[in-house]
Order: sequence, then structure tokens, then C-alpha cells
Amino acid sequence: MATAIDERALEEQVYDLIVRASTDLPEDVVRAMKEARSHEKDGTSAKNVFGMLLQNVDLAREAKTPICQDTGTNIYHVHYPAGTSTLQLRKVIKRATERATKDSILRPNAVDPITGKNSGNNLGTENPFFHFEEWEDDALEIKLMLKGGGCENVSGQYKLPDSSLDAGRDLNGVYKTIIDAVNNAQGLGCAPGIIGAGVGGDRATSHLTAKKQLFRKLDDDNPDAELAKMEKRLYKDLNSLGIGPMGFGGKTTVLGVKLGTAHRVPASYFVSIAYMCWAYRRHSLTLKNGEVIYD
Amino acid sequence: MINLELPSSEEKIRGLKIGDEVHIFGTMITARDAAHKYLIEEQPDYIRPYLENSLIYHCGPVVKKSNGAWSFVAAGPTTSIREEPYEGTVIQNYNVRGVIGKGGMGDKTLAALNEHGAVYLHAIGGLASLLAQSVKEVKDVFMLEEFGVPEAMWVIEVEDFPAVVTMDPHKNSIHTKIKSESTEQANRLIHPVV
Repeated sequence: MATAIDERALEEQVYDLIVRASTDLPEDVVRAMKEARSHEKDGTSAKNVFGMLLQNVDLAREAKTPICQDTGTNIYHVHYPAGTSTLQLRKVIKRATERATKDSILRPNAVDPITGKNSGNNLGTENPFFHFEEWEDDALEIKLMLKGGGCENVSGQYKLPDSSLDAGRDLNGVYKTIIDAVNNAQGLGCAPGIIGAGVGGDRATSHLTAKKQLFRKLDDDNPDAELAKMEKRLYKDLNSLGIGPMGFGGKTTVLGVKLGTAHRVPASYFVSIAYMCWAYRRHSLTLKNGEVIYD
Repeated sequence: MINLELPSSEEKIRGLKIGDEVHIFGTMITARDAAHKYLIEEQPDYIRPYLENSLIYHCGPVVKKSNGAWSFVAAGPTTSIREEPYEGTVIQNYNVRGVIGKGGMGDKTLAALNEHGAVYLHAIGGLASLLAQSVKEVKDVFMLEEFGVPEAMWVIEVEDFPAVVTMDPHKNSIHTKIKSESTEQANRLIHPVV
């Protein structure tokens, strides 16, 4: 049985969620960066870059200022219990977004593509972006990711087979597209990146599947044994490319690889690659029995 | 570590080479997509003194206004390659000594750096809170209403602003070297010899 939403309380909670997302890099990401730093040689640019990035992470958390000025597309994936009004959720999240923009937690990032006019408050068509799914749990879960434009620009979609890559319609073909995408990205997506890939689907659901993978924890295991094995292989091989942090060269090109699938029509085989920058800003809030838990 | 004071002479810039780590001091201006188009299409004269012998920073900051004064809250670099069609001409027309950005730029800009004595400085992407602390003062802003906060041209005074030379006035680019090496490895992985 769903309980009614306390709009005022939820607006505060979503505001807190936005502050966390923008200013507080999740622990699993910080751990992965520290681990990666330990693998880089002393005196190299790669090692120095990690040092400065981690210093910036600490500073942003203490000062409550954005880790990166590009606070990106605000991507909300929401799971809600039966009876919840998603219209109401949209309204509340939009209000919190407007406030966070005014308080310099978010940069005004919604630009009309025809007039070039920035809306100034982060509200606009498909901004913020919402993906709602009802679930059987009686909890409300709001997940937020801030995905910057630099890494979105190096994301992409392949259609298999691809003869230039000798990539067929199988997991080995998927492997080749991901190697190619990360090599093409070089440092432009603010490496080291995190790769979410969606295999199958139509063009839109393929991208959605890729983005969904980015909400997983870096240290989780894919429940599908074959995908889990491929994630590990890709992680190792992508880090052999030598692109390194910021593309300056080094042993760390990616911090993680996450694969997901969606059924496709017989004629199509898409692989979508969502490249996330090292400033992997994602947090969630769960409301259950009147209690709020942030992650 | 090299201290780079702005405005800078062409001679000093020509002394820089790839891999040099610099700390920047002085007045520079932010310009990104809308601003580059504007600099080429409208050629505004009032902006010349801010560009002459100084640097362009590819940055769309998060800003704050308190007691009538602007300050930078978060200010890391944005991707530079989008300005590739414009940058060489901007450097030439406005006598700019270089740009700060991320990701590097292409052949046209590399040639312009060589021809006009300018440099490409790579700031660390996502280092926004830390770099904002290097911005000591926002001195002025142009085209704020027209372009919005991220795209406006902000005149800023910086101190101890860290960056690495990744493209120098001698036609060298770290980006070209890394890309050619990583592409060799990618090809080995994609087309294994069986």
C-alpha cells in the first residue's frame, strides 16, 4: 500500500540528493581511483593527475562545491510503488532542481537547440531526464546520475555486423566495438572512464540499457557468468591501451566495464556504449516506512 | 615547474615544450563554443585587449553572485576540439598566446601554434573545485545575457593555475603520440593474428 508523498519533505530530500551527487564522489569510485593510482609509476603524469583529482574530490566534499563544473544531464531513474503519482514526483524533483541551480550546486545546463537560449534553471524539454519503473516493493527509490557533455559526446552506438572491425553478431563482436569506442575516445571523455554497454534492443532501449549499467556499483558482479567474464576481459584489455588519465598515457584507461542486454528484433543488433567520466557522480535515495536512506 | 605570467611574450611561449608543467598567473578570458563563433563572425574590437598576449580558457564555469560581485565556484576545462574550426584564426586575428582546455586539438591549431608562437595547455578535466580556487577575481563578463553563464566570456585573474603543455609551438603533440600507440594496441586486440 503506497503512502502519500509529503511534497515538502521530499523536495528537501531530493535537494540533498542533488547536493550529494554534485559534490560527493561515491566511495566505490574513490576506492577504485586510489587503487588505480597505486598502479601508476611515481613521477609520471598519470600519478600526478590522480593525486590532483583525489585532492579535488576531498575539497568538493568539504566545501560542498561541484566536483566538476559540468553538472551534466540530470538523469533520474525512479522505482516507485503502486499508487505513486509520477506527475507529482516530476514536479517535486523539478522544484529541487531549480533551487540547486540557484544555489550554484548545478550549472544552468538546459539550452534550446534552435534558439541557443539557456533556460537558466535546468528545466526544459526532457530536462531533467526521467525514467520511471513501477516495482513490487513498497519503497520509493530515486537514483540520480549527473553525466557531463564531454563523456556523452564520446559515447556511441554500433550496428553489427561491422566489417571494418571484423565484428560479428556475438559477444566477441561486442568486445571489438568497445575496444574501438574507448580507443576513439582517447582522453576526451575525461579518462579514466567507466563503460556501460547495452547489447541488443532498438536504438533507444539499447542506449537506456547502457545507461542503466552505470547505476551499478563498480565492485559488483554481473549475475550472468558469460557477461561477468567479458567485463573482466574488457577491463584488462582496455587498460592495456595506454591512454591513461586525461589521455596523458598510463596504465589506467578505465575504472570499470558493465554490460547489460535487451532483446532485439532479428534484423537489428545494436551495441550502445555509455562512456562515463572519472567524475562518476551518482547517488540514490530510498524512502521506506517514512525513513530516508541515501546511498 | 615553470611560472607563466600573463601577458606573455611570444619568446617566452616559444621556449615551452610538450610535457612542461606550468603554473599560470595573471588575467585571461574564458571562451567556448558560442564565443568562438562570435569572435570569428562579429570580430568585436572591444575584446581585443583581453586576448592580446594572453590565453583563452575553454571553460563554462559554475558561478555565484554575492554582494554584486561574481565569483567562480567550479571551473574545470571543457573539451577543446569543438573549437578546432575557429581556433587557428582566433589565435592569428587576436594575437592570442595560447589556449587552455582539455583533450587536445587538431592539425590546424597545431600549425597555428607554430606559426604565431602560441601553446596548448591541458588543464585537468573535472578538477573544478580546485581550479576555481586559483581564480582569485572575476574582473568582468561579456555576452552573459546572450550566451548564458557557461558560454559567456569571463575575464578572470588567476594565480598558481596548474596545466601541462600537450601541444607546443614546435609542432609536437602528446595527443598524436598517445593515439598512434593506443591504436596499434587496439588493432592487435580487434584483429588478432591467428
